[in-house]
Amino acid sequence: MERKTKVHAEEGKQEIVITRAFDLPLELLFKAYTEPRIVEQWMGTKVLNLENKKHGSWQFETTDAKGNVLFRANGTIHEFIPNQRIVRTFEMENAAFDIQLEYLEFEQLTAQTSKLNMHVIYKSVAIRDQVLKLPFAQGIDMAHNRLQAALSNLN
Amino acid sequence: MNLRRDVFQAIADPTRRAILLLVASQSMTAGAIASNFNTARPTISKHLQILTQCQLLEQEQNGREVHYYINAEKMKEVADFIEPFRKMWDERFNKLEAIMKEFKPKQ
Repeated sequence: MERKTKVHAEEGKQEIVITRAFDLPLELLFKAYTEPRIVEQWMGTKVLNLENKKHGSWQFETTDAKGNVLFRANGTIHEFIPNQRIVRTFEMENAAFDIQLEYLEFEQLTAQTSKLNMHVIYKSVAIRDQVLKLPFAQGIDMAHNRLQAALSNLN
Repeated sequence: MNLRRDVFQAIADPTRRAILLLVASQSMTAGAIASNFNTARPTISKHLQILTQCQLLEQEQNGREVHYYINAEKMKEVADFIEPFRKMWDERFNKLEAIMKEFKPKQ
């Protein structure tokens, strides 16, 4: 089966390209990136601010049940062309990943299908590799914590 | 290609990742591995079987005991660990697609 989401990350480069074909008309795909309530649903984070315009800014935040901030990110929108292109910076607060530059290109395939091309540029190869490994590392941490918990139950 | 996907499916499971983490430092018998988990022994055996099938673990007969150890070569093959990253985006985009399919513009 053809994979819908593809990640292209060449060894030794400080960029990645994520592509995805959607079973959605272009306008709906683009709307999912611009309506705060919709962004919140699929990104799983709260949208504190989202100004869809050149020189606009954005800020997302995720908190736990007690209100502790688990994740906060912000950036500036450099280019905003409806149904075509968003260029923005992305900075994860309190993380050592520095600021990344994102080129989002939206393309119509047919009347009912569309495609997103997300080109992300990082400050260095090392930071790119760290970001790429993050979901795997979190998985390992979770497994490790569960293992620790299991071990302490035995004692 | 199929084998590669199997490897990623193998490491997608938290118990199997914990097993790899355990065995990474020293080779161990199935019993010693199972004693680290609350999970039933047959379940751990099943996980060991999957890890062995996709060659992340190898078996070595040691007298009457079978020891499991990490296949470093195979682990290196998945060392870029991009798959969980791809999966994270794939899941987000699946959600986006599902939400927008239900989307009705306000009258």
